[in-house]
Amino acid sequence: MNDRRAFFCSEIERLAARLYGSALRLTRNAADAEDLVAETVAKAWAAFPQLQDLQCFEKWIFRILANTFVSDRRRKREEPATREAEADCDQFSLYEQLHQPFLLWWSNPEQELINKLLREDLEQALAALPECYRTVVVLVEMHGHSYAEVAEILDVPVGTVRSRLSRARSLLQRALWEQAQAAGLWPMSPHKEHAGE
Amino acid sequence: MSDQDKISCEEVVAHLFDHLDGELDAKRRADIDRHLEECRGCCSRAEFERLIRQKIAALGSEPLPPTLQRRLMMLLDEF
Repeated sequence: MNDRRAFFCSEIERLAARLYGSALRLTRNAADAEDLVAETVAKAWAAFPQLQDLQCFEKWIFRILANTFVSDRRRKREEPATREAEADCDQFSLYEQLHQPFLLWWSNPEQELINKLLREDLEQALAALPECYRTVVVLVEMHGHSYAEVAEILDVPVGTVRSRLSRARSLLQRALWEQAQAAGLWPMSPHKEHAGE
Repeated sequence: MSDQDKISCEEVVAHLFDHLDGELDAKRRADIDRHLEECRGCCSRAEFERLIRQKIAALGSEPLPPTLQRRLMMLLDEF
């Protein structure tokens, strides 16, 4: 028992920054994120005797965090995680906006923009996503859950997870594009350059 | 490998995020990897999307505020 307790404590210590980080992305609020992490750790300890394969600990506890967040949101009915935001969302690709094949050999605008993007740019774009889209991005890209696992957590079909992810990425990339232009990070648009000459 | 086994750039773009998310079966994954080795345009696009994905994933880690650190220590002491 002491060995398992020591294992549990060391895993919490190892994963704490990631548990808090993804809780913060999900809740967008430091106090709620702290509550979510504390509740997750308490639930995980209560269920720990049932966990047979300790190698699954990481995936297991992130799933507890996701389930706790989703059920808490459903209970409070603040902004139901399962409701589709009916955003009018054309597919948008940042790569297609940036890519200039004729510059292929002596310039790389895509790489330039990536280098200029700050963490806060990405935080802002992610935080602006409607919750149903933000949640799938966190569960897939941060927690590493499969589409099937996310479908089970959110109680939606796999096709819905795929379409939400696609919309989420489109909205995210559009937001990054707009932020980059507003911040003057991307002055290399051919139209702008010519207009300024 | 015959030309029939080759996939188009459109197919690669359509399945690119499934590929990055590890959602493809071994055959489809291998087809796309082979295409990416041979196609500069798709390779450049895949690398761009991979880097954006990596930057988003990095947002999932934040230093613990002291209040949460204390709270977790108290919680673990109770177990």
